[in-house]
Amino acid sequence: MNNSEAEKTALQMKKLKEDMLPKKFSLSGKIWVGVLSLIFVTGLYYYFFRQLREGLIITSMRDYVSWGIYISNFVFFVAISLVGSLISAILKLSNAHWQTPLTRIAEVIAVAGITFAGIIIIVDMGRPERFWHLFVYGRIQSPIIWDVIVITTYLVVSMLLLYIPMIPDIAICRDATPAENKWLKKFYTFLAIGWQGTKEQYKIIENSVKILAVVVIPLAFSIHTVTSWLFATTARPGWDSTNLGAYFISGAFVVGAASVICAMYILREHYKLEKYITLKHFDYMGRLLVLLLLLYLYFNINEYFVPGFKMKKVDADHLNELLTGSYAPLFWSVQIIGMIIPLIVMLFNSGRKPLVMFVLGVMVVVGAWFKRFLIVIPTMMHPYLPMQDVPVEYTHYFPTWPEWSITAASLAGVLLVITFFVRYFPIIPIWETAKEHGIHPEEIK
Amino acid sequence: MAEENNDNQTNDRRNFLRAGLFLGGSAVAGTILSNTLSASEETSGEKVKVMTAEGQLVEVDRSKIKIATDTLSALANNDERKGIPGKKWVMVIDLSRCKNARKCQSACNKAHALTGPNQWLKVYEMQDNEESSPYWMPKPCLHCDNPPCTKVCPVDATFKREDGIVAIDNERCIGCRFCMAACPYSTRVFNWEEPKQPIHIATGEHTCATSQPRKKGVVEKCDFCPHMLEQGKLPHCVTACPNGVFFMGDENEDTVTNGSETFALSQLLRDKAGYRYMEDLGTKPRVYYLPPVDRLFPFTKEDKEKTEE
Ligand code: SF4
Ligand code: SF4
Repeated sequence: MNNSEAEKTALQMKKLKEDMLPKKFSLSGKIWVGVLSLIFVTGLYYYFFRQLREGLIITSMRDYVSWGIYISNFVFFVAISLVGSLISAILKLSNAHWQTPLTRIAEVIAVAGITFAGIIIIVDMGRPERFWHLFVYGRIQSPIIWDVIVITTYLVVSMLLLYIPMIPDIAICRDATPAENKWLKKFYTFLAIGWQGTKEQYKIIENSVKILAVVVIPLAFSIHTVTSWLFATTARPGWDSTNLGAYFISGAFVVGAASVICAMYILREHYKLEKYITLKHFDYMGRLLVLLLLLYLYFNINEYFVPGFKMKKVDADHLNELLTGSYAPLFWSVQIIGMIIPLIVMLFNSGRKPLVMFVLGVMVVVGAWFKRFLIVIPTMMHPYLPMQDVPVEYTHYFPTWPEWSITAASLAGVLLVITFFVRYFPIIPIWETAKEHGIHPEEIK
Repeated sequence: MAEENNDNQTNDRRNFLRAGLFLGGSAVAGTILSNTLSASEETSGEKVKVMTAEGQLVEVDRSKIKIATDTLSALANNDERKGIPGKKWVMVIDLSRCKNARKCQSACNKAHALTGPNQWLKVYEMQDNEESSPYWMPKPCLHCDNPPCTKVCPVDATFKREDGIVAIDNERCIGCRFCMAACPYSTRVFNWEEPKQPIHIATGEHTCATSQPRKKGVVEKCDFCPHMLEQGKLPHCVTACPNGVFFMGDENEDTVTNGSETFALSQLLRDKAGYRYMEDLGTKPRVYYLPPVDRLFPFTKEDKEKTEE
C-alpha cells in the first residue's frame, strides 16, 4: 500500500469519527433530558411515596379490572424490545447489508424496552418486596415463571448483542478521549476490554455475533409468545385464543419497526447524519413496515372476525363493546390511525420519505400503546358472572393520575436510557460503516 | 422495616406453635395465652379486660396481649398445605330455597373480619334467559378440583389441599393477580389497601386455616372455613342461613348437612338434578347447585331492593 492511499484512509476515518463520535448535549438535548427527568422523577415519587405506602388503591384497578395500564404497558415494552432481534438478527443473517447503520438503534431500543418491562412488572406487584419468592418458591408450571426466565435470558443476550459489536467503537472512543477527561477515559478503557483491533479479535467478534444472532431469534419469539400466554392461558373472552401468540408477535414487529423509524428520523435530523441514514434506509424500512402491517392486519382479522362470526355469548358481549360500544371510538382510531392509514400511505413512494414516515411511525407507536390497552382492559370488564354487589368504581376503569404518572415515568425511562446511550456511545457503528467504505479493519483507529 | 420485624415475630411464633401442638387439642390456645402473658417484660400502663380460656375476666396490661385468634389450629405451614386427613369437603347449594336473606354473607364477613367491598361470598341475581324467571345464586369459592387459579400461581401461594380445599398462603403471595385473571368465577378479591381489621387479628399469627390476618397487597377469597371444619363444626354461611340453603359434607362419607337436615350426597344430586356451575369449563367445582325449581320463595321486588340498598 502506498503512502497516498494510507493518507486517504486516515482522512476518511477522521471524517467518519467527526460525524459519528458521541457529542455533548446541545441546548435542545438538555431540555429534552430535563423534561424526561422531570417526568421520571414524578413517577418515582408516586411509586415510592404513594403506591408503596398506600398500596395499589392509588390506581384505578379493582377486583374486576385487576390488571390495568401497568400490564398493558408491560406488553408494549416487551413488544418494542422485539425489534432488536428483527433488525439486527434477522436482517444480519439474511445478509441484508443496508441495515448496518440501524442495528445499534434497534438494539438499544430492545435493551431499554426489556429492562423497563421487567421494572414495570415489579411496579404492578402488590408485594414487590417478596420478589425473591419467585426464586425460592417458583413453580415451573406457571407462565409467569416462564416469562421471568425468557425475559432475563433475552435481556442478557440482547445486551451482549449490543455490547460485543460495539467494542471496536468503544476503543475508538477511548482513543479519541483526551487524557484530562480522566473518568470518561477510564470508563471507555474498562468497557473496551483491551481492544487492539487485531485480526483475531475481529474474528472473535464476528463469530460471537453470529452465534448471538441465531440464539436471539427463538428467544425473541418466546418472550412475546410467553407474554401472550399470560392472557391466552385463561378462559376469558378476547384472550382465550390460539391465535394470540402470533398476533402478539406480528404486532410487536410492527411497533418495533415503527419505533426504529422514529428514532432514525430524530437522530438523523439532530446529529446531521444524512450521509449515513439515507433516503434508501427510509425507503427500505417503509417497505418492511408495509409488509409487517399486512401481516398484522391478517392476524387482526383472525382475532376479531372468527369469534365475531360465531358470537358466543361472552365473546359477543366483549366484541360488541369493543366494536360498537364504549370502547369503539378508541378501537377504531387505533385500527385506522395506527394500522390502516400508515399501511396505505407507505404503499406510495412519496409516503416513504423521512418526515412522512416519522409522522406515520409516531401514529403506529401511539396506536400500538393503546392497542395493548384494548387487549388487556375490555376483557377484564366481561367476566362470566354479572358484575354485581360491588361499588360503582369497580365496574369501570380509567387510570388515576398517579397511575398515569408512573406509567409515563417508565416510558420516559426508556427514552432516557436511549438518550444517554447516544450521548456516550456512537449510535451508528463506526467500524462497520468504515468497513463498508472499504477501509481495512486493522486501519480502523 | 417494621414489616420485617413483624414477620420474624410470626415465624418465631410459628415454631413455638409447632412445638405446642404436642400438647394437643384445645389446651394449645390456653397455653399460648398464658405463655405470652408471662413472657413480656415491658408494660405500657394501659389496662385492658380480657377473658381467659377458663372464662374468667381479668385485667392485664395492654403490652402483654399478643395473640388471640379464635382458632384451635396450630398447624405448621406444611401440614396446612395438606389439609385435614381423610376428608374431601363438598358443598351443595339449594337454589330453590334462597330468598336473598344474605345472612350467609354477613356471617361470613363477621367471622373473617371482612370490611368494604371484599366479600368472599356473593349472592347474584341470575336469569338464564329472558323467558325463565330470575333467581338468587349464592356463590362462595367453588374450590375447583381442576382449579385454573392454582395452575397459574408462580409461587405456589394458592394451592389445592388433599381435603379438596383451595387455600391461599397470604404470607407467600406476591400480589401478581394472575389467579384473579384465571378464575372464571370472579371469586378472588384483592386487598388494594391495608385491610381494616381488629388489632388482635392484625397482629396475630397467620394461618391458612383462618386466612387471618388479612394483608395488604395480596389476594384473598372464601376458604371453606377450615378452622370450623377442623373442630367438626360447619362453616359460618351454612349455620347462618335461615332457610338451610347450604349443605356441607364429606364426599368420602357421602353425606351433606345444613345443620338440621342430612342427605346422602349422591342421592341428593341424583334426585334433585344437581349440577356444577359452568361444567363445560372443566374446572370441576366442589360446589354443587340444586336447580331453582319449585321455589320456596318467589323472586320479589323487595328482595331486589334490599340488595340495592
Ligand atoms: S372458584 Fe375460582 S378461586 Fe375458587 S377454586 Fe375455582 S378457580 Fe379457584
Ligand atoms: S396473586 Fe398471589 S395467589 Fe394469586 S397467582 Fe399471584 S402469587 Fe399466586
